[in-house]
Amino acid sequence: MGRLIRIVALISSAVLGLAACGGSSTASGQIGGTVHILGTWTGAEKDSFDAVMAPFTAQTGVKISFEATRDLDAILQTKVAAGNPPDVTGAPGIGTLIKLVQAGKIPTLEDKLDMNALNAQYGADWINLGKINGKLYTLYAWAALKGLVWYDPKAFAAKGYTVPKTWDDLIALQTKIRSDGGRPWCVALESQAASGWPGSDWVKEIVLSQSGGTVYDNWWMGKQTWSSPEIKQAWKTWGQILGANDSNVYGGSQYMVATTFGDGGQGLFTSPPKCYMFNQGSFITSFFDGYTPKPTAGADYAVFPLPDVNSANVGAHVLAGDAFVMTKDTPQARALLKYLATAPAQDIWVKRGGGKIAINKQVSLDDYPDPISKSLAQVVVTTKIGRYDAGDLMPSDMRNAYWSAILKFVQNQNQLDTILADLDKVQKTAYATS
Amino acid sequence: MAGLRLIVRLQVDWQTLLTVNLPILLFVIIGVPLVLIGYILGTEFLVKRLPKRSQPSFRPWVWVGPAIVFVGLILVYPMIGTVVRSFFDRGGNGFVGFGNFVRMLTDPGILIVLRNNLLWLLLYPGLVLIFGLLLAVLSDRVKYEKPVKSLIFMPMAISFVAMAVIWQFVYYYRPPDVPQTGTLNAILVNLFHGQPITWIQDTRFNNFALILIGVWGGTGFAMVILSAALKGIPGELLEAARVDGATEVTIFRRIILPLMMPTIVVVGTTMVIFALKAFDVVYVMTAGNYNTDILARRMYSELYNAGNNANASALAVILLLAVVPVLIFNLRQFRAVEARR
Repeated sequence: MGRLIRIVALISSAVLGLAACGGSSTASGQIGGTVHILGTWTGAEKDSFDAVMAPFTAQTGVKISFEATRDLDAILQTKVAAGNPPDVTGAPGIGTLIKLVQAGKIPTLEDKLDMNALNAQYGADWINLGKINGKLYTLYAWAALKGLVWYDPKAFAAKGYTVPKTWDDLIALQTKIRSDGGRPWCVALESQAASGWPGSDWVKEIVLSQSGGTVYDNWWMGKQTWSSPEIKQAWKTWGQILGANDSNVYGGSQYMVATTFGDGGQGLFTSPPKCYMFNQGSFITSFFDGYTPKPTAGADYAVFPLPDVNSANVGAHVLAGDAFVMTKDTPQARALLKYLATAPAQDIWVKRGGGKIAINKQVSLDDYPDPISKSLAQVVVTTKIGRYDAGDLMPSDMRNAYWSAILKFVQNQNQLDTILADLDKVQKTAYATS
Repeated sequence: MAGLRLIVRLQVDWQTLLTVNLPILLFVIIGVPLVLIGYILGTEFLVKRLPKRSQPSFRPWVWVGPAIVFVGLILVYPMIGTVVRSFFDRGGNGFVGFGNFVRMLTDPGILIVLRNNLLWLLLYPGLVLIFGLLLAVLSDRVKYEKPVKSLIFMPMAISFVAMAVIWQFVYYYRPPDVPQTGTLNAILVNLFHGQPITWIQDTRFNNFALILIGVWGGTGFAMVILSAALKGIPGELLEAARVDGATEVTIFRRIILPLMMPTIVVVGTTMVIFALKAFDVVYVMTAGNYNTDILARRMYSELYNAGNNANASALAVILLLAVVPVLIFNLRQFRAVEARR
């Protein structure tokens, strides 16, 4: 009987799908209908996304149907394979995206957006990031900056610590904190099926700053092996930050692997501090907002970008962003993407906080709600070597192996050679398409 | 905590809900019975036109026909497809013989996967049966049997993912210098003055910790079925044994256990199949990290992360081959139980 109901539901939903296609447009500007969005946002982030959507619905009459999942790549592939893709998808992994583009499942945005406006209001880097084989498929709306070190200025002042300007300063500072009996770092790696990614951020930031953009690009493209000197050196540099047996990190490897990434910053705000520094992307402030008591930006926490590891690569920063793809070409989806590219749309989330940095250049720096997010926006503007998150650019099995490798590394740094050899093995198959 | 973040807030938009679901609802309520009645009347009308003698041999096929078609379409056809795919390369074009199987079985990580599957295979059905039997027999002798059984059965109503969230609170780890909030570590530290343990990540404990979650979820199912079998044992038989001076332990060993054996075997083999299919708990709790990976999760990651249909199909076939003997045994046993009724 259960099977029968499923079949009937399937048939009837197909019938309904046909009915839904029959919707017609009405008055000028009013398109009506519904746009189905698949994304990853829940909680406070979903509230902010809803706030961005409200004026769109008011202007166009298009209703928003939003489906959230943390398993976006799998859900998207299943939906596309079933011939039932969402209209717009928020931030799929690039690996999945490339596969879908190659299979001809995703329409290009070239002729659907106002390209003149986009070229005028967007930095060329951000447009190029959205291109696959020279054609635009992905629209970036908000940027997030990685490689940021969060600290409590009060705790720093109490001990006479100063913000490190160079990599050597940073190493000297962590030695000093250790000799004062404190722990320099908090690191939290737990993230369910994605556990390990915060550590992968560390390694990729070091690769970019230590060895430059070319090595970084070859690395995520699978042309540079994991056991190559540059990549191995980056892991070892991270090992130096962690210290022997993770002795520079509060709670050691046990705490690192068992603590959810969002909770990792709590050690900064205890008295006395469990740790003095915490490396995480700009989005982490939305997690800080959930701590009890709630820390205040500026007074309780401040931020400095991870210093340049190598002076040859000044101003190298790993960026990430909220990307949107039109997975089904409908008038509503086109209107939505046009809207998301505009400054007023991006401004809404910027003003609501949460570490979002607008990509549209017309969004004023004065709109950032606190000095921290404003300074982050300035870092994004002044970035000289900007690269997208390498993990998100890799094929997803490479990326997952990378995350798992991080977990193995923090539990035993001496295994590095074996870990990198295993990653090389995955690299050999992950980039093959047949 | 991670668990809290999984609790998604539901915002109900009544208008959308009604416009989408009302036609489906009408279709199911009116359409399904109509189609069924139509099919029964229509085929009966046709069968009636056949010569009287051949009617009895046609009718069963007409009745069972739709089920066979559905099972063939959504079960047998994909299964054959998977077996075929397991002999082809990633793109599904070139025939590679047993290449996929050789690659999967010689993969360095696969030994851990197979070891874990073996652990699940031995511990999960074993513990579920022991606890299920114990609870069935003991609760049979108390006045408050119903509430006890309802409580034990309750986890069956929750999805494995929700179970995993609940158990994240039980296994939660905090460093030794702060108060423990996870149930197990709080007991360990406060009552036994031990060091807190990362139950999910520590490779000495994590597989057992994960299997325990499954056992907690499965015990209720085993208990209910075993309890029903227990109630089927005639009271006079036990009475007679008691009159003859048998102790309760002897009665259990010599009378209850042998009479329940067929049911125990059926429940046990069902649990073996559950153990081989285990996926959700591992996926949610560790994603296969920290040496906890199992076949079904590995198959998922080959399929969705690597997009490798060849490897995923080979793993699926390996799982299938492992399940089939158990399945056949289970069906035979089930028939034996039915025949005895």
